[in-house]
Amino acid sequence: MTSATQSGRPAASAAASPNQLRRHEWLTLLHRAAASRRGAIGLSLAGLVALVAVVGAIWTPCSPTAFLYAPLQKPSVQALLGGDYLGRDVLSRVLAGGWVLLVMAVAATVIGVSFGAFQGIEAAYLGGRTDTVIMRGMDVFLAFPAIVLALLIVGTVGPKLWLIVLAVGLGHVPQVARVMRAAALDIAERDYVKAVELQGVKPTRIITGEILPNLVSPLMVELGLRLTYSIVIIAGLSFLGFGQQPPAPSWGNMISENRIGLQTNPWAVIVPAALIALLAIGTNLFADAVARAAIGADRQVEQAFVRTEAAKAAQ
Amino acid sequence: MNVATNAPTRLRVRGLQVCLAGTNTDVVSEVDFDVALGEVLGLVGESGSGKTTVALSLLGYARRGLHITKGQVLLDGQEILGMPERELPALRGGRVAYVPQEPAAALNPVRRVGKQIDEILRVHEGRGSRGGHVAGRVHDVLSSVDLPTDRAFLRRFPHQLSGGQQQRIVIAMAFACQPGVIVFDEPTTGLDVTTQRRFLGLIADLCATSGVAAVYVSHDLAVVGQVAKTVAVMYAGRIVELGPTATVFETPRHPYTRLLMRAVPSLDKAEVMEGIEGQPPRPASRPVGCSFAPRCPGVGPECLSSPPVMVDLSASHRVRCVRVRSEAQRTSGRQVIPLVDSAQPGPAVLEVEGLRASFGTNEVLHGVSFRVPEDSCVAVVGESGSGKTTLARCIIGMHTNWAGNIRYAGEELSHGARQRDGDVLKKIQYVFQDPYTALNPRKTVGQLVAQPIDHFFGLARAEADARVVRVLEDVSLSADFLNRYPDQLSGGERQRAAIARALAAEPDLLVCDEVSSALDVSVQAMIIEMLRRLQAEHRLAMLFITHNLALVRGMAQSVVVLSQGRIVEEGPVEQVFEHPRDPYTIRLMSDAPRLSPAAATGSGQMPEFRADRATER
Repeated sequence: MTSATQSGRPAASAAASPNQLRRHEWLTLLHRAAASRRGAIGLSLAGLVALVAVVGAIWTPCSPTAFLYAPLQKPSVQALLGGDYLGRDVLSRVLAGGWVLLVMAVAATVIGVSFGAFQGIEAAYLGGRTDTVIMRGMDVFLAFPAIVLALLIVGTVGPKLWLIVLAVGLGHVPQVARVMRAAALDIAERDYVKAVELQGVKPTRIITGEILPNLVSPLMVELGLRLTYSIVIIAGLSFLGFGQQPPAPSWGNMISENRIGLQTNPWAVIVPAALIALLAIGTNLFADAVARAAIGADRQVEQAFVRTEAAKAAQ
Repeated sequence: MNVATNAPTRLRVRGLQVCLAGTNTDVVSEVDFDVALGEVLGLVGESGSGKTTVALSLLGYARRGLHITKGQVLLDGQEILGMPERELPALRGGRVAYVPQEPAAALNPVRRVGKQIDEILRVHEGRGSRGGHVAGRVHDVLSSVDLPTDRAFLRRFPHQLSGGQQQRIVIAMAFACQPGVIVFDEPTTGLDVTTQRRFLGLIADLCATSGVAAVYVSHDLAVVGQVAKTVAVMYAGRIVELGPTATVFETPRHPYTRLLMRAVPSLDKAEVMEGIEGQPPRPASRPVGCSFAPRCPGVGPECLSSPPVMVDLSASHRVRCVRVRSEAQRTSGRQVIPLVDSAQPGPAVLEVEGLRASFGTNEVLHGVSFRVPEDSCVAVVGESGSGKTTLARCIIGMHTNWAGNIRYAGEELSHGARQRDGDVLKKIQYVFQDPYTALNPRKTVGQLVAQPIDHFFGLARAEADARVVRVLEDVSLSADFLNRYPDQLSGGERQRAAIARALAAEPDLLVCDEVSSALDVSVQAMIIEMLRRLQAEHRLAMLFITHNLALVRGMAQSVVVLSQGRIVEEGPVEQVFEHPRDPYTIRLMSDAPRLSPAAATGSGQMPEFRADRATER
């Protein structure tokens, strides 16, 4: 009995005890990812950009849509980043142009990953015909590049923001479904799933109650990865004019609008481009750190005990 | 110190200590033993006792995270530990051979068996082959283990051989280079009793004739009794008793050995098995005094102060217990379970009629019929591949590809669990074989046990919680366990939790599929006794599926013997055990390893051993 009580205590290392690890696995993964160097850099980059976007949503030095300066005015003390091609304040537009991108990217990711994950797990668990129908459908879907699919949808219906979110989210579904199906195949065959099945519990409950809790790690990794893709695709669509419509500011359309004045006031292009790049790099680094933490996590559950014992012995 | 024998000592181990790497926490310590030429030493212990660690250090090897820190392993007087890295390959397989648990895993699946034997001879050519006639040696090696030697056989792949043949190839490879020492690491796990018995005879014979000193590692006392002349019982990383097999089995002197013997189920009598309470301490948390003290019934103050040393009881019998001379020998037998009058079996809860089950088009059960009367336990006994697990899974609705009739309380059951109504699903509960996979690792014991209660009864929270606690009490788990996750439990505790989950549904019929096969003997005894008590208390009907005949004796009222998908014999337990009629049952009974000292002759050679060469082909 002693062994079990001891393992309930927090482990000596930064990681949590097996108990906490299981109860809040997603939190622990985030925590461990943030503790790694890669994760810390990623988180600070993405956090910085997010901060810019959030601040801009609340406050800007001047109105982002007012014509204040000469077109493409060079930066000065009054206009820190100068004016854009219509003479609007670049700094204000940069600040105000980020939050919509962030919200859209997060929404698209959540929609895409949750739908994709459910499809994948359902295919894996139910198997047979359902599996074939779902996965072959996904294959057809997969044949279209995500951005082409989004362009197609938005191009036909029109540049509505919710539609862009949906289109980008949908583009994630096949990839997420594939990954989650592979992970769930193993879990679905475990005895503990069978045990609940034998009680006549409904498949949906088994998927959410028994299988999903064992797939937290791959789910987290997918979320991080897809967030990066969402950011890039949505910013790209915005650049192509399928996003917020002028005069509303967005990083994507700022790049596109101010291209013509690249030689006169480059900041109007460089700053929004750099922010998009930093955001993408930051989320990608962090997603990578989460993936690395997740690989360690399964081993960790098993080894947490051993480490506590070893730490105690070493003292 | 040497075991009573005149043969010279081949292997000598002194003060062996293996520690967790980077610490001074010993996993194994103070291990001393000798093995003479041609002898087999049995190294017995439960999981975590360090027996495999000792076995591997005889090859100068320590598993990852472990480190051999002290001691000597002398092979013909030559030190093995600390040998330079480049000399080790010649040692391993050449002078010290190793036979692993899983023969299938030890053989390369894509290479022909002839080539594999050939390879080991070539690698160790300097020692193994005479004048390079490797082909001739392959022939000799195969015939020494009574396998065919023709070209067709040599060209087979491992998967084209039976489990017994595969294991024999591995043995042949171990003996191929005429090593001085062979280490057997539970090589008979997974073999059926008849193959196992032949195999043990073969090992004893080969060791005697080739002058090899063998160390046979096993958790199974009875198996060791069949092959070993000397036995060393390990507990918490130390040898606690060492002596001639017959002496140790007849008059075990260490309390642990005594309790262990009492935990072994008997084929000959229906007896109450006694487990050992508690768990062995982990390497880092061993007590100052005797490691067994916390579980020892005869513990005294002197046991707690300092670690006990080996006491010589005779020239060959040594025991690590300070009280060995003072403690009275308690030799009382186990309590005999009174014979239940099975003349009037009640109405059947479960009736199986002409059950045929298949995997694809391959039929594995060919018309099985039997009934389980209420309040009684029916055992289904069969070896691996007999179809016993498929039978269980048809009954519970997990295997759906079957024909025939299965009736529960007179009502026909649908094929799959999905088509059955909730009441039937509740009334028939199933306990899985492996407690390590049967519990969701993301759920606490409380959640696991509450799950069927919530699903079937829909009680108010407080009432449901109270019921969870009550069910856990039934399986002797305290409320402390409510918030523990499965990986914080020992194997026995996990199986208790799994049984609690089944009981929580308040079933009428409990289907137990090999519930103790993944557990240690001392734990098995407690689980089986608990099931027996629960069956009586809850007036359960039980279908008890096992490969271990001895477990059936005290557990079940009637028994069904299954062989290759057919019932070959059935009847009340007493009748089947005392007067088996079917040749298969008779063979099963006679080949099952027993603890009786009479079996400990060390040379279980038998005439039919030669015959199986023809049959297995």
